[in-house]
Amino acid sequence: MLHIINKSPFESSSLESCLRVAQPGAAVILIEDGVYAATTAAAQARLHAASGRLRVYALAPDIEARGMQERIATGVELVDFAGFVDLVTSHNTVQSWL
Amino acid sequence: MAEQAQGKKAGPKKFALVTRHAPHGTVYALEALEVVLIAATFDQDVSLVFLDDGVYALAKGQKTTGIEVKNFSPTFRALDDYDVNKLYVERESLQARGITADSLLVPVEVLDAKQIGELIAQQDVVLSF
Repeated sequence: MLHIINKSPFESSSLESCLRVAQPGAAVILIEDGVYAATTAAAQARLHAASGRLRVYALAPDIEARGMQERIATGVELVDFAGFVDLVTSHNTVQSWL
Repeated sequence: MAEQAQGKKAGPKKFALVTRHAPHGTVYALEALEVVLIAATFDQDVSLVFLDDGVYALAKGQKTTGIEVKNFSPTFRALDDYDVNKLYVERESLQARGITADSLLVPVEVLDAKQIGELIAQQDVVLSF
């Protein structure tokens, strides 16, 4: 199962709800404004509790576009667009959260 | 997904429509209802999942004449006629809003977050609204 989050955690509850229902071993990829959740301050409050049971990815081009590349929390794996496609094709079920 | 697109998997697919938005303020809840009817028409295996503000769509007593939009809430009562009877509501979302399942428009199955996660992971296709 792959969950895709594209909204800032400060704007939307989509990440919070995703983390609530995601099963252990699931993958989460942060894209677009969702990448702000991968920054240290935001991740401290939200992602850290989940990082032990989930794999967390973030789309590097979106991070760089927002100038957040020096602020990414440890435990978040960065992928490029090709890596994003690989994640989508390697999971049976994909949910794009709104 | 790719292997399904190539036709290796025959028969109906398992669809979950996950709605997280309240009715009327945005079009999401209405769109979910439209899509569930389409999927049912094509004999797909459809589950409707209500999370977060999505649970408000199932509130009884919606009267929309004052805001001049269609009240689509009675349509939920018609879903059974389309053999759509897999309606799941997250317990945490209900509790956070002070709503009990017996006060909703239609019978639903209340699942906790973990069970909802298991349900969604079993689907072929997940659509968000």
